[in-house]
Amino acid sequence: MLTLERLRLTREDFALDADLAIPQGARVAILGPSGAGKSTLLAAIGGFLSPRSGRILWDGKDITGAEPAARPVATIFQDNNLFPHLTALRNVALGLDPTGRLSATTRDRALAALRDVGLDGFADRKPGALSGGQQSRVTLARAMLQDKPILLLDEPFSALGPAMKAEMIDLVLRVAEERGLTVLMISHDPADALRLGGLSLVVADGVAHPPRPTTELMDDPPPALRDYLAR
Amino acid sequence: MKQPLTLAGIAAGALVVLLILGSVVAVALRAERGAGLGAADWAALRFTLWQAALSAVFSVALAIPVARALARRRFRGRGLLITLLGAPFILPVIVAVLGLIMVFGRAGLLNDGLAALGLPAVSIYGAWGVLLAHVFFNLPLATRMILQGWVDIPAERFRLAAALGMGPAAQFRLIELPMLARVVPGAALVVFLICTTSFAVALTLGGGPRATTIELAIYQAFRFDFDLGRAALLALLQLGVTLAAALVALRVAAPEAMGAGLDRPVQRWGLPGPVVDTLAITLATLFLVLPMVALAARGLPHLANMPPEVWAAAWRSVVVALGSAVLTIALALPLAVAVGRLRPRAARGLEVAGMLGIAASPLVIGTGLFIVSYPFIAPDRLALPVTALVNAVMALPFALRLLVPAVARVESDYGRLAASLGLSGFAWLRLVLLPRITRPLGFATGLAAALSMGDLGVVALFADAEAATLPLQMYRLMGAYRMQDAAAAALLLLALSLAAFWIFDRGGRADADA
Amino acid sequence: MKPHALLALGLMAAPAMAQDRPVLTVYTYDSFVAEWGPGPQIEDAFEAECGCDLQFTAAGDGAELLARIRLEGERSEADVVLGLDTNLTAAAKETGLFTDSGVSDVAWDLPIAWDDPTFVPYDWGYFAFVHDAGFDAPGSFRALAESDTSILIQDPRSSTPGLGLLLWVEAAYGDEAGVIWDGLADNIVTVTKGWSEAYGLFLEGEADMVLSYTTSPAYHLIAEDDDSKEAARFEEGHYLQIEVAGALAASDQPDLAQDFLAFLATDAAQSVLPTTNWMYPAKTPEGGLPEGFETLIQPDEALLIPEAEVPAVRDAALETWRSALSQ
Repeated sequence: MLTLERLRLTREDFALDADLAIPQGARVAILGPSGAGKSTLLAAIGGFLSPRSGRILWDGKDITGAEPAARPVATIFQDNNLFPHLTALRNVALGLDPTGRLSATTRDRALAALRDVGLDGFADRKPGALSGGQQSRVTLARAMLQDKPILLLDEPFSALGPAMKAEMIDLVLRVAEERGLTVLMISHDPADALRLGGLSLVVADGVAHPPRPTTELMDDPPPALRDYLAR
Repeated sequence: MKQPLTLAGIAAGALVVLLILGSVVAVALRAERGAGLGAADWAALRFTLWQAALSAVFSVALAIPVARALARRRFRGRGLLITLLGAPFILPVIVAVLGLIMVFGRAGLLNDGLAALGLPAVSIYGAWGVLLAHVFFNLPLATRMILQGWVDIPAERFRLAAALGMGPAAQFRLIELPMLARVVPGAALVVFLICTTSFAVALTLGGGPRATTIELAIYQAFRFDFDLGRAALLALLQLGVTLAAALVALRVAAPEAMGAGLDRPVQRWGLPGPVVDTLAITLATLFLVLPMVALAARGLPHLANMPPEVWAAAWRSVVVALGSAVLTIALALPLAVAVGRLRPRAARGLEVAGMLGIAASPLVIGTGLFIVSYPFIAPDRLALPVTALVNAVMALPFALRLLVPAVARVESDYGRLAASLGLSGFAWLRLVLLPRITRPLGFATGLAAALSMGDLGVVALFADAEAATLPLQMYRLMGAYRMQDAAAAALLLLALSLAAFWIFDRGGRADADA
Repeated sequence: MKPHALLALGLMAAPAMAQDRPVLTVYTYDSFVAEWGPGPQIEDAFEAECGCDLQFTAAGDGAELLARIRLEGERSEADVVLGLDTNLTAAAKETGLFTDSGVSDVAWDLPIAWDDPTFVPYDWGYFAFVHDAGFDAPGSFRALAESDTSILIQDPRSSTPGLGLLLWVEAAYGDEAGVIWDGLADNIVTVTKGWSEAYGLFLEGEADMVLSYTTSPAYHLIAEDDDSKEAARFEEGHYLQIEVAGALAASDQPDLAQDFLAFLATDAAQSVLPTTNWMYPAKTPEGGLPEGFETLIQPDEALLIPEAEVPAVRDAALETWRSALSQ
């Protein structure tokens, strides 16, 4: 269980409140208008923003002040997910060993992860020589090796075409299924939320509302979401 | 944790402050009698500020058309020209002055040409001469800084402007002018600071005691009056000017790095005809390259007959330059990291500390180090290490201007990713930071090496017979009437400085991935 | 070995350690120790007879040399200081760091009588304006001031010849020096930091005349076989520069230091100086002056301000100079 306990997040002229819980293994789409604070919420969970007040708990353990790398969280960002000067293999291997050493075991596991996401034979390419979809797969392979129970995705697939994006979400679902991950994914597209299944969390008007089943939410959207969806 | 790098940066800043202020204090404490500052010293301050301000204005005003032309035109040799633009800046003063004289002097190319046309001769001496020389030294630097501003304008803006049918005037007003407003004040202040320590240029071309700068007054206090108290006071005055100007410089958003991507012209649509740009590039090239060609032509015939000691000195200079470059980077890199990570107020303080070297008097630092080290070790044994250290502190401001923005960009692009992966400390340095900043790093290393190579600096104060560097050896040749050998040594110096600059700069580019 | 250790070693200019021989440390100005200067030959000649190791340490020019000795004080490694001149000796004596030379009864070939117990002269010369052969040079400061002849001079605050010119005008004209400087102001093309810059500009054709020495043409004649340079003879007389050496009281080799000072007066040292330092030897060696020196001009009168008066005269003359040239 990921608990956001009376969390208050502030940036210069902006505040967001969250008081909610996400069950372990849930798959949560985060919806809401631009600028509402979706990324701010993920940044706080990922450890990149200290909350003004409140606590973040995982399985009852307070992680509010923990370093990003010490949290039970792997994050896939909107961009800059890969180091352009390192090969796919080395990028993935960083998920296992952040000192950058490439031991035989690390290498084997990284290669296996690449194979798992369908990138057999791409290990020695640098990101510049990979397509957008392939880059997303490399990132996902690394997140798998980080072996964290929570996976945060900050619109990482927004630059991909619809078919490719669907394919990536399915891959995320497969990985999450296999490992029992809790997934939080920001999206602009209700179709993504529906594809992800599970819950949706609406961020609007300075509040992150507790998650509700996505289908239920789409059938009867609250006012903020209704405006956003233009229904 | 990335903490060790931040701590190293703070330590580097402290070392620079200690070195510069410590040497002033050491000199002041050693003072025997003090006359205090007299009217002549205040006149020197006024002249220093006046000539530095004018030099900055002219350098920057002339750099704008040149930078604009370089930004929007492609032509063969553009890359080479941009490298050559670094040359005047790294030339030893005396060499550059002689080069200028060969072109603009009473018997120089310009006056020969004017005489052939039946026109009256122009004189290089006086206020205009000082400005001419300072523009010669600093136009390239200003051009590179402003060119960076142009290159950093996203190509999409010009595409949008073209789509909207904006003419050149509207593009200038709406896109380029705001960039200039951001970049020009910083560039002007850097040039201003460099010119505040001018000494030999101002005196030689200034035409007399009117052109007395603070640095000359310090030299006089030390050499002529042996009034160490006044030398220390003057050094403090000079540092005060720097400090004030550096604070202003950081406030007006000093220009970005001047290393990355300069070889890529800005894609433009609907350009005006090339006449103005061609003229700007041609004139700037002639102005900057002719004196160097004249120097080379003078030295080339005698290169083979130079005394062997000159080659030994050249080797020594190369070692000092490499040592100085390594030291510069060892100071600049942690400083740049710390500046990016500390709170804004502390970061600004640290950056100003790193900038102090730009206007510190080499003579005062040298004397201070001499006084401090003398009780423990024979100063001549320290000549070359001290030269390398002082040169590194002098080059540090330029390295910082290059590395601070570059490091900040890497932190903002990859800081979160690294934090989420637990990449830190030396793994961060080795795996992410260094590979991502090879270009500005190469440029900074080359600049530091070249600056050190050409600097006469403090070695003269410490050197014994066996430790002469190339600039010192060249000066000795001149002092022994051997002007032809000196011209050859100057050519060698020019070649070595450019080579050091070119090798590091290219080395940084070779490996740079998207 | 690690690379940075290698670098550090490379940077350390470790002088060759002499085994068992006593070391005599001589501080001198920079151009003296250059390979083409007098230093190497004098070192060889003295070491051949002293059974010691002579080591030179160089520091800028004469004035910087004195500044360095003042900085180091009694702890200085130096046994002998070589390269001060008659404009600096008063200030040098005032430091109390120098001791008697022990050299006496030498029949010096100097334009003036020499009986200083502290300092030993080793060479000398006259300041003069040098010009190209065939140029109709003025014959006095007054004529120069009235002519449109252009000249290059050095700054007295940063250069030895510059200070020499200041004292030259002072010695020749006294209270009228200011008038002379006013008259010269429009002849001066520029004022350089040191001799090298001015002479370099002169050779580039930047002025008709440059302040240098009467012996300068000898360099071009002897070393370059070029007789195109001459010195202008001024009827006021020419100011004298006598370069001297002295022993430091705190030396740990006082005997050796005195030996060296005495050695400077011998032919072995004196014969080296004319064609390396391009000055007149303080005591003409057995074989006379090198061929070519006979072509140099001989001033009618040697001007020299007594050393004790130099400090006061110098400061007043500098003010006169500065205000005349700052118009």
